[in-house]
Amino acid sequence: MKKGMLIGLSLGVILVIFAVMIFIWGKNTYNNMVTLNETVTQSWSQVENQYQRRTDLIPNLVETVKGYANFEKSVLVDVTEARAKVSQLNVNKDVLNDPQAFQKFQALQGSLSGALSRLLVTVEKYPELKANQNFLSLQAQLEGTENRIAVERKRFNETVQNYNTTIKLFPASTIAGMFGFSPKQYFQSTPGTEVPPAVKF
Amino acid sequence: MKILFSLLFISVTFSQPDIPTLKYWANDFTNTLTSSELNILNRDLKTFEDTTSNQVVFLMINTLDNYPLEYYTMDVSEKNKIGTKKNNNGVLFFVAKEDRKMRIEVGYGLEGALPDALASSIIRNVISPYFKQGDFFNGIYKGISTIISAVKGEYQSLPKNKKNNKNISGIITTVLFLIIFFSSFFRKRGRGRNAIFWGGGFGSGGNFGGSGGFSGFSGGGGSFGGGGASGSW
Repeated sequence: MKKGMLIGLSLGVILVIFAVMIFIWGKNTYNNMVTLNETVTQSWSQVENQYQRRTDLIPNLVETVKGYANFEKSVLVDVTEARAKVSQLNVNKDVLNDPQAFQKFQALQGSLSGALSRLLVTVEKYPELKANQNFLSLQAQLEGTENRIAVERKRFNETVQNYNTTIKLFPASTIAGMFGFSPKQYFQSTPGTEVPPAVKF
Repeated sequence: MKILFSLLFISVTFSQPDIPTLKYWANDFTNTLTSSELNILNRDLKTFEDTTSNQVVFLMINTLDNYPLEYYTMDVSEKNKIGTKKNNNGVLFFVAKEDRKMRIEVGYGLEGALPDALASSIIRNVISPYFKQGDFFNGIYKGISTIISAVKGEYQSLPKNKKNNKNISGIITTVLFLIIFFSSFFRKRGRGRNAIFWGGGFGSGGNFGGSGGFSGFSGGGGSFGGGGASGSW
């Protein structure tokens, strides 16, 4: 009788210790995931900042190029339209948890990149424009921004990779499942954006 | 499995060029600049760091082997952590001689003082004309001077930190000097032979200090975000 109680008690103690250990592990894992999630959000805002910076540069660029007689109108229209679509896109933090919104963001930014590089290729045909100080300065800013975008995208992908690996590995994946941590999207290199300043000639 | 892994590792390392650890402010791996020219650049850049805490570093290599220029300069800047951790005030001026490409990579903290458009204009209007004539030293020298005057006003050196360093190194030097002096003094009294040995040791120590004066570059922990400009000649 006494012996049985002793065994029962020690089993109980072991169970409690076990439960405490699991709780501590779960807490640490959860907190780690929250931290990683925050890091992803932070690096995403850097990506967005740089894209925004590019969007802000475009009106000036278009204005400068427009001044040159017989500059191909269609190229300018393409850039303006692609920019308009990008600015209409309502991006918030949810885009990270919504694969479709993420793909859309990437596709629209990609088509703007394409339109911009076409514009800069067309400029090749206008020697006076290429010698214009205002244009040269805008071009340098645009190239710098494209490079910053590439850098921030790379950093974003690294943080996402870190996060995704953590939430997918067992046994942490059980905690991730319980609290609804879902894997996030990466930036894929689309033609014309994988090389840093795609707008080079 | 192990072999497969190491093969994978090797192929990965081979696809990327070596990212050098920079030991000087001015680094030329192409043997284009003479040692006295390098000394001039090192002296100016070291003085600039001492007075403003801004770290401007120059690197010239032969070729990138088709590795993207912007990736390379970013790798070099990040590995060497140019600029202070507090202000991220580092600049890397990079030249790939055979590729005829160059880039000014600007740390986060100096993007305001040295914006992309200015960096680009320095490349186009200051450096390129010299490079086109094959005058590398003057192109580099004038380029660096222009970069220096652009970022001059941005940050002040950290006097407190510097003073501490000076004090500690001063104390160490004094103690070392006293040890050497006294030991040579005592040895001189004991055995005449050893006094010569100690004297010689002391002299060579002095020499080392003289020639190694510029070997002191080390990054301060600065970060980069891809700002700056690229160009060619």
